[in-house]
Amino acid sequence: MAVRVIIEKCIGCGKCLKNCPFDAITMENKIAVIGDACTSCGSCLDSCPKDAIEQEATNQEAKDLSMYQGVWVFAEQREGKIMPVVVELLGEGKKLAAEIGTELCAVVCGSQNENLAAELFAYGAEKVYLADAPELEKYTTDAYTKVINAAIIQYKPEIILFGATHIGRDLAPCLAVKANTGLTADCTKLEIDPDDHKIMQTRPAFGGNLMATIVCPNNRPQMSTVRPGVMDKAEYQPNRKGEVIRLACSFEAGEIRTKVLEVVKTMAETISLTDAEIIVSGGMGLGKQEGFDLLKQLADKLGGNVGASRACVDAGWIDHCCQVGQTGTTVKPKIYFACGISGAIQHIAGMQDSDLIIAINKNENAPIFEVADFGIVGDLYQVIPAVMEALDKIG
Amino acid sequence: MRIVVCAKQVPDTNEVRIDPIKGTLIRDGVPSILNPDDANALEEALKIKDENPGSEVIVITMGPPQAVEMLRECMAMGADEGILLSDRAFGGADTCATSTTIAAGIKKIKNVDLIIAGRQAIDGDTAQVGPQVAQRLKLPVVTYVQDVKIEDRKAIVKRQMEDGYEVIEVQLPCLLTCVKELNEPRYMTVGGIIDAYQKEISQWNHQDLKLDPRACGLNASPTQVLRSFTPPPKGKGEMITGTNVNEIAEKLVGKFKERHII
Ligand SMILES: Cc1cc2nc3c(=O)[nH]c(=O)nc-3n(C[C@H](O)[C@H](O)[C@H](O)COP(=O)(O)OP(=O)(O)OC[C@H]3O[C@@H](n4cnc5c(N)ncnc54)[C@H](O)[C@@H]3O)c2cc1C
Ligand SMILES: Nc1ncnc2c1ncn2[C@@H]1O[C@H](COP(=O)(O)O)[C@@H](O)[C@H]1O
Repeated sequence: MAVRVIIEKCIGCGKCLKNCPFDAITMENKIAVIGDACTSCGSCLDSCPKDAIEQEATNQEAKDLSMYQGVWVFAEQREGKIMPVVVELLGEGKKLAAEIGTELCAVVCGSQNENLAAELFAYGAEKVYLADAPELEKYTTDAYTKVINAAIIQYKPEIILFGATHIGRDLAPCLAVKANTGLTADCTKLEIDPDDHKIMQTRPAFGGNLMATIVCPNNRPQMSTVRPGVMDKAEYQPNRKGEVIRLACSFEAGEIRTKVLEVVKTMAETISLTDAEIIVSGGMGLGKQEGFDLLKQLADKLGGNVGASRACVDAGWIDHCCQVGQTGTTVKPKIYFACGISGAIQHIAGMQDSDLIIAINKNENAPIFEVADFGIVGDLYQVIPAVMEALDKIG
Repeated sequence: MRIVVCAKQVPDTNEVRIDPIKGTLIRDGVPSILNPDDANALEEALKIKDENPGSEVIVITMGPPQAVEMLRECMAMGADEGILLSDRAFGGADTCATSTTIAAGIKKIKNVDLIIAGRQAIDGDTAQVGPQVAQRLKLPVVTYVQDVKIEDRKAIVKRQMEDGYEVIEVQLPCLLTCVKELNEPRYMTVGGIIDAYQKEISQWNHQDLKLDPRACGLNASPTQVLRSFTPPPKGKGEMITGTNVNEIAEKLVGKFKERHII
């Protein structure tokens, strides 16, 4: 789709200029002109008081897309364990497959990973495409791309979902180029268009300031990476069975051009923020690195984890693994404490779906209060100890 | 070593605000900046150049003519050359089409030993263009790089993971995408700024890149934006007040009990 100005209708008011997120519109002789930076996002359409902007379909010829069937989930494993996001993808994939009327499949690469097939069936996969080779034990871009690309060519899935993990966001773009298809990054919502069964992928852009719904009408498979922690998990039913299809995997010397020499874990606690039920997060309002000790005390009392704003990570107060937000982890705990966090849009993007948000901030105008369920204006060094005391009282 | 840095000019999304009444994006006065991760990419290239005299750092960008300003900024930081890929035909590109154009640009540069891109651009946050350029150039890629060491024809890099990092060996030429933890970008120097304005900036269009206009920009973008909207604001909650902190804390814990969450 391209965006076009209907010259006869344009009155040169300039509203579209101000609303264009890409700064793509200029005014020439009192008529809006759409420039090269236009991405056809359509923001200007809504802003035009005269309906002088229209979106026209591009004349890309339709291909035979009916050969492509099935919803695939990339079942990322690390050290032989399925990543938590895979269970979320299977939950979401099941819904999508049911709406289209197709099957849900998982594709898994690893070494001696046959046992994972049973787990994937239990989470709802009807077929598991299994690649088993020593070269696939640890992720490498080249090996995984080769095997999965061959499977895409042979079995022609309609949709493939990847977790937007550091591995998913490495693999998916490479596969999209090989398959010459579109890829939508870091989706937070997926829907099936009831008319044509295409997938509509919604994702935040501009640091969460804008949401965009993206489609891939003429190419297959349709591919998305999905933000971990957003979709509902699939139900586990241990008695479910399915079909295992083995994928060919052989590699020539030099074909895998990267070598993993070492895997180092720096996160002290193994439980990841994505799965935490209670998170006590701190921001620059802590004033010093030691402030996290206080948050840790509260987190320990509640059986939760400590998180942080990016500013604290940048200040070197805490490891980046703890960063919540657009460029950190997206979290959805039962309780999220934001202590001394101003509530920048990039931070909010990563925690706004928490069940209950409690904000503690000295500044009553801090934007964090806009998303908080309960807000407390006060010094966190007084409020948090008082909260711990109150918790002790109720035992 | 000949090093190419992929850089993009982006609106400073920190400055973007939502109009609370109309619910639209306010872009008035939002400055355009060098994408933050790309500043780290450039810094790393310049560091490698400092350690390997005789090296050359070329910054490439695809964008509208005003992206020249960003290229000058990169040259003022120490880049030797800037190349702007600009053409009406490149407009409206998604990551798939963007990577075709940038890959064609890098091919034209020839004899490149190392390409460094940012992990992601803050306007789209996709993190896709880097690996896609590598794939089109048939080069190995390592993403999320937080440390780089060059040895002979190899790079030993640390790749950031959610819970730590991996140490990865990769042969050159290759493409790396870098995260902000990699380094601290240097500032422009006065001499650098003067030099930057004396150098030519090459501008290449689709003919220079031998690209069919149908193979770039909107025409070659498999994805289309159906619509865009501002996220609905979450309703403001309840402010808990009291005469002293203990009263406030007890009220809060009372709320927890009401909701049976502890
Ligand atoms: C591309 C990009 C990506 C980003 N991604 C992320 C991300 O993923 N996650 C993220 O968090 N940020 C991210 N940011 C940064 C974000 O824009 C903010 O800069 C950051 O979140 C601010 O952190 P803060 O709230 O801790 O600090 P500040 O904004 O400095 O806020 C500190 C707050 O503490 C309050 N305060 C001070 N003292 C006290 C006290 N004693 N008691 C109580 N309150 C007190 C102050 O009133 C203030 O509101 C990103 C930025 C960019 C450009
Ligand atoms: N138009 C562009 N010109 C040059 N480099 C780009 C462009 N778009 C993206 N890149 C590079 O690709 C990285 C990832 O961008 P993105 O996939 O848009 O998040 C950026 O950090 C840049 O290094």
